Amino acid sequence: MNYKKKVTAILLASALSVGLLSGCGSSSSENGSAAGSNAAGNGPVEITNVSYDPTRELYAAYNEIFAEYWKETTGQDVTITQSHGGSGKQALEVANGLEADVVTLALEGDVDAVKDAGLIEDGYTSEFDNDSSPYTSSIVFLVRKDNPKDIQDWDDLLRDDVGIITPNPKTSGGARWNYLAAWYYFEKQGQSEEQIEESMKKLYQNVLVLDSGARASTTSFVENKQGDVLLAWENEAFLSLEEYPGEYEIVIPSVSILCQPTVAIVDEVVDERGTRDVATEYLSYLYSDDAQRLEADNFYRPSNEDILAEYTSDIDSNTITELPEDGKWIITNNFELTNIDHFGGWTEATEKHFSDGGIFDSIYEEK
Amino acid sequence: MNQRNDSGTVKWILIVISALFLVVMLILPLLYVLITAFREGIQIYLEAVTDTYALKSIQLTLEATVLAVITNTIFGLFAAWCITKFNFGGKKIISTLIDLPLTVSPIIAGLIFVLTYGRQSALYPFLKSAHISIIYAVPGIVMATIFVTFPFISRELIPVLTAQGTDEEEAAALMGANGWTIFRRVTFPHIKWAFLYGIVLCTARAMGEFGAVSVLSGHLRGKTNTMPLYIELLYQGYDFTGAFAISSILVVMAIIILILRSVLEYRGKKNEE
Amino acid sequence: MKRKRRKQRVIPGFGLSLGVTVTILSLIVVIPLCSLVIFSAHLSFADFIKTVTSERVLASYKVSFLTALVASLINAVMGLILAWVLVRYQFPGKRIMDGMIEIPFALPTAVAGISLTHMTVDSGWIGSFFAKFGIHIAYTRIGITLALVFIGIPFVVRSVQPVLEKMDAQYEEAARIMGASHAYTFRRVIMPEIMPALIAGFTMAFARSLGEYGSVVFIAGNTPYYTEITPLLIMAKLQEYDYASATSIALVMLAAAFLILFINAVIQSRTSRIISGIK
Repeated sequence: MNYKKKVTAILLASALSVGLLSGCGSSSSENGSAAGSNAAGNGPVEITNVSYDPTRELYAAYNEIFAEYWKETTGQDVTITQSHGGSGKQALEVANGLEADVVTLALEGDVDAVKDAGLIEDGYTSEFDNDSSPYTSSIVFLVRKDNPKDIQDWDDLLRDDVGIITPNPKTSGGARWNYLAAWYYFEKQGQSEEQIEESMKKLYQNVLVLDSGARASTTSFVENKQGDVLLAWENEAFLSLEEYPGEYEIVIPSVSILCQPTVAIVDEVVDERGTRDVATEYLSYLYSDDAQRLEADNFYRPSNEDILAEYTSDIDSNTITELPEDGKWIITNNFELTNIDHFGGWTEATEKHFSDGGIFDSIYEEK
Repeated sequence: MNQRNDSGTVKWILIVISALFLVVMLILPLLYVLITAFREGIQIYLEAVTDTYALKSIQLTLEATVLAVITNTIFGLFAAWCITKFNFGGKKIISTLIDLPLTVSPIIAGLIFVLTYGRQSALYPFLKSAHISIIYAVPGIVMATIFVTFPFISRELIPVLTAQGTDEEEAAALMGANGWTIFRRVTFPHIKWAFLYGIVLCTARAMGEFGAVSVLSGHLRGKTNTMPLYIELLYQGYDFTGAFAISSILVVMAIIILILRSVLEYRGKKNEE
Repeated sequence: MKRKRRKQRVIPGFGLSLGVTVTILSLIVVIPLCSLVIFSAHLSFADFIKTVTSERVLASYKVSFLTALVASLINAVMGLILAWVLVRYQFPGKRIMDGMIEIPFALPTAVAGISLTHMTVDSGWIGSFFAKFGIHIAYTRIGITLALVFIGIPFVVRSVQPVLEKMDAQYEEAARIMGASHAYTFRRVIMPEIMPALIAGFTMAFARSLGEYGSVVFIAGNTPYYTEITPLLIMAKLQEYDYASATSIALVMLAAAFLILFINAVIQSRTSRIISGIK
């Protein structure tokens, strides 16, 4: 009897504690179902945009104009919840169940990861114009005022007296673009594959701080005053010029890479929440003239050729010391951009360079 | 008595070493936080801390902290009672398991919840059909917070209860007192201070948890961003003043809790004498 | 043994407390940890060994282990001094000092990492001083160690302090009266008493340091083979969607944590047996 009593007590206690824990669980399931039901009809709708680090300012502004536009055309209120972080990490979280209606990530390879988890259907790159990249960017150098180390092009980065700041390609999307841009330069110099690897090794030996994300690198360079040159997204570099006028200069190397951030609708989530219409419109509206100008104002290269031309500068110099007053900041003169197709697409590039035991790993093998 | 025997020089050398260490390791970082928070003036500071998203993150942090402290209090009391008052097989294993979260890397702590309740888990279809979201939602944050602060209360209670032994409780039980009365009248007075200290530690640590929560929060602005995550967000957005302003709130909250504890403890000990 | 059995029945609440303990423990700790094991089982044993012993991973163990060890040793010494000062001496500001010890628990590790980095870069408050002597703190292993010292302080102080408080001053006085020197008294009378607590504090600080992530990523610089810690490597693997490797390395760290706790438990039970044996 004593034994029976004990078992009852244990069971009772278990039930109690489960109840306690699920108590805190249930509070949010209400949130979840509320979000699910609000899609239909004309009540307010809510969507989540999971994006990468440097797009915060852009989407803060874009969400406002989109909400206005959506209200005008449908009469419905829309709230957009933003999430920002390293591109790879964000993709991983969506694949793990973070309920994003749309993803706007740094590179196609990251969206592929979400697709591979079964959340996005095949062929998402043809769903929107320009391979589903409403805006693009490139990789440039940010140096300190007056360029004390006289850094002009990629080969200057191999000099012993130059300290480089770039994030880790293993953890940062931007850093992968940096890496590939450098690779392309050495390739253009006519170096053999082995020589390129040697040059890349030299370059990464000059890296002082290998942060985990693009924003962290910018902070190391700008706030903590590490290194002589930051390999940066074009938009990040211009943002630094804007935030710290007179302290930095942008150097445009002879070649770089056209970075194509990719957007996609997360099919599984929108179907379940019934938000496909608003999510689709959210991404298509990125191609509208208003949005394209907004992107250009935030230092992204618009995909619309006419608007791109509006912002294209005709200067010849490869050094930018301050933001152009006329807003024409895009440099195309003497600036050759390759793109990911040159490397056979993201699947191949990742496999060859960034996977476990890939070329990037061998660069850091015992010297 | 002992104090008089110690020679003055040794005493002061040790005090100076301690003070220096604390100044360099603890006070300077705190000062840095406060100075940076106010470096653009009080107006900007106030704007930063009254921002809608800032307020939401404060609310979420408080919520998670309170829930974590409640759960851990209940658990801590039962676990300490169970481990110190009875002998049974597997006791060592249980007490090691209780301590384990303290030494598990916060990254792993977050990861295990993602693996257990995430989309790849076997539990996921079940959770989905029941419309329960755990990770990338508030419950996940609460659970991760509980995990990282799990041993704090029980660890404080167990040594005290062990030292106290079981004689008094046995006597009370033999005289016919029920469990609750024994706990309230006999056991609790002994563990009062350890218990209070455990709660303080648990609260402080729960407020500041970063690593584990960052793995499973999803960083949804205004929804699943706790204060430490919001600080990181601002920091990464070049808003150093804002980041340190929110940090300063966290620091002040922590200091208030620590002061509260030392006041309570001081009063309590005085009353006992 | 039999007598004990009968004794435990006297106090009520065994079933209830065991039930609550085991249930919460399973939900929060055991089940999630099991999924770690399940996920790492996706790799074959040979692959598992290959993953967790690859050169880069081994280098990260070394960095994590060395910095954590040095930091906890510093904490053991400083923690002992702090506890001693806080218990044995009266001086102005003592209570403030006492109250400050838990700050590292409360300050988010990210904030700690950020402010320590800003202070110790070559242009920072502390960094500029050391830079004169050619010592760089931020972005080196010294920086990592510093961050780990920061997060580990409370462990040692708070485990030694109560023992010192309870310790009978009679032994010391007796020793003193018999003509023993300060150093001798400390070494032969005080140290053995506080040793178990000191070891406990040290192992907790050490285990916590091994896994620390938030503060270290900011100050470390994260250069592979030099300042790349194991938790960062786990994050990197996760971002490559390489769950199997990430969980395998995590499992190794978990085993290390468990081992450390276990060794501590053995030391504790042995020393307490010796002490009670003497008594």
